[in-house]
Amino acid sequence: MMLIPCPHCGPRPETEFVYGGDANVKRPDPTAPDAEWADFIYFRDNPKGAHRELWLHAAGCHSWLTVERDTVTHALGSVSYTKDSAE
Amino acid sequence: MGGGKYSFLSLAKNALSGHKNWQPAIRHPEPKARYDAVIIGGGGHGLATAYYLAKLHGMKNIAVLERGWIGGGNTGRNTTIVRSNYLLEPNAHFYEHSLKLWEGLSADLNFNVMFSQRSVINTCHTPGEVEATMRRYNAMRLNGIDAEFLSADELKRRVPDINLGRDGSMRWPIMCAVSQPRGGVARHDAVAWGYARGADSLGVDILQNCEVTGFKRGPDGALQGVETSRGYIETPKAGVAVAGHSGHVMAMADIRLPIESHLLQAFVSEPVKPFLDVVVSTGALHFYISQTDKGEVLLGGGLDGYNSYSQRGTIPNIEEVTEAAVEMFPNISRLKWMRQWAGVMDMTMDGSPIIGKTPVQGLYLDGGWCYGGFKATPGSGWCFAHTIAHDEPHELNAAFTLDRFGRSAVIDEKGAGPYAKAH
Repeated sequence: MMLIPCPHCGPRPETEFVYGGDANVKRPDPTAPDAEWADFIYFRDNPKGAHRELWLHAAGCHSWLTVERDTVTHALGSVSYTKDSAE
Repeated sequence: MGGGKYSFLSLAKNALSGHKNWQPAIRHPEPKARYDAVIIGGGGHGLATAYYLAKLHGMKNIAVLERGWIGGGNTGRNTTIVRSNYLLEPNAHFYEHSLKLWEGLSADLNFNVMFSQRSVINTCHTPGEVEATMRRYNAMRLNGIDAEFLSADELKRRVPDINLGRDGSMRWPIMCAVSQPRGGVARHDAVAWGYARGADSLGVDILQNCEVTGFKRGPDGALQGVETSRGYIETPKAGVAVAGHSGHVMAMADIRLPIESHLLQAFVSEPVKPFLDVVVSTGALHFYISQTDKGEVLLGGGLDGYNSYSQRGTIPNIEEVTEAAVEMFPNISRLKWMRQWAGVMDMTMDGSPIIGKTPVQGLYLDGGWCYGGFKATPGSGWCFAHTIAHDEPHELNAAFTLDRFGRSAVIDEKGAGPYAKAH
């Protein structure tokens, strides 16, 4: 069981969160070519190790969080509000 | 065959000599400098590919490169269920071909893979699920695949220990069920060992403890060879069949995949007397159950739900699966879990596999098996061997291309959308 340190609610079990996938993918411009859209929708780096990813604190403050996590050890790094890093 | 052909006669002979003269089933050769093709990944799929390449396509100078030991990845980490109950045409025909290969596999390999066609039963718990399942099982019948409908009472006669939940003991009582009688289970290790022995006896080198660390490509971009922990191997063709590790192996060739690696857990209980002679699975409650030949109750459920290569599951999923299982089979409530494990699933964005060519000439991919890889083992090897030998896919795997994702030609069995964890 992972305890994710929500910046608003404090450490909470993973069951309170919904996983949102890779945080590095960026929605292309609407006029971008199909290949860029396919890349955004389907293709992922899927790293073995450090991963920047999105989690929604669904059973808590309902914030979207950007979490750094190791996909081999599940060790958690920094956790921040996604809105603070949104472009 | 490695160790000679297994038969009643060979058993009797070896018994008379005190079982001291059995020969190893496979060789442990040193890598050659050059092969006509290498298969990366010594699981069921990779070994099956090598076997069919040698047997059906006459390619004998080939090797299987395995980082650890054969059958030590997802081949040894699944719930051994074999079925072909798919809705969409490409899936239906491919998995049915695989099931037909299963039916003759023990005889073909001269190795007992303990394939037991004991029926795979799916229970339905909501009107929506009943309709979707009936549609799928009718589609199977139209494709010539065996499919049966069972009322709740018929299900109870077939599986006496199941709780239908009519007394209010289940939040979602069982409304009815469907069955694929030709579905069942097989012995996972035997599949790897049988294919390995078969491939070895046809001259295939099976190189264990041989990790691929890079690809060498020529000026035109085509494959020239692979760097491994046991030295450089020159080869014009490499087939990658590494399941959950597809992502970073293909990254060595600068290829990104429409894949996320997720965990899928399974567990077995302490062994008990036989009480369950079919596989029962439920989409609504998210678990599947069977009883092994040793008597253990074998259970699996859904994904843990986030990217992971850890090969170990977490507690919340064990709890969820156990709750559902005890609701449907109350008589297992006091059993102890004996072992638990997790495999790394290469989940594609449409839930269907990739068997085909890649942008790199000479490099082929067999991956994205999600959690359906075990049953596909013979069919996957058969189709992948054809693809590598002919440099083009067979009709049966023509739809499972890597480039389908850029062409909006996805094969999304459930219509779940481009979310790896949703399939």
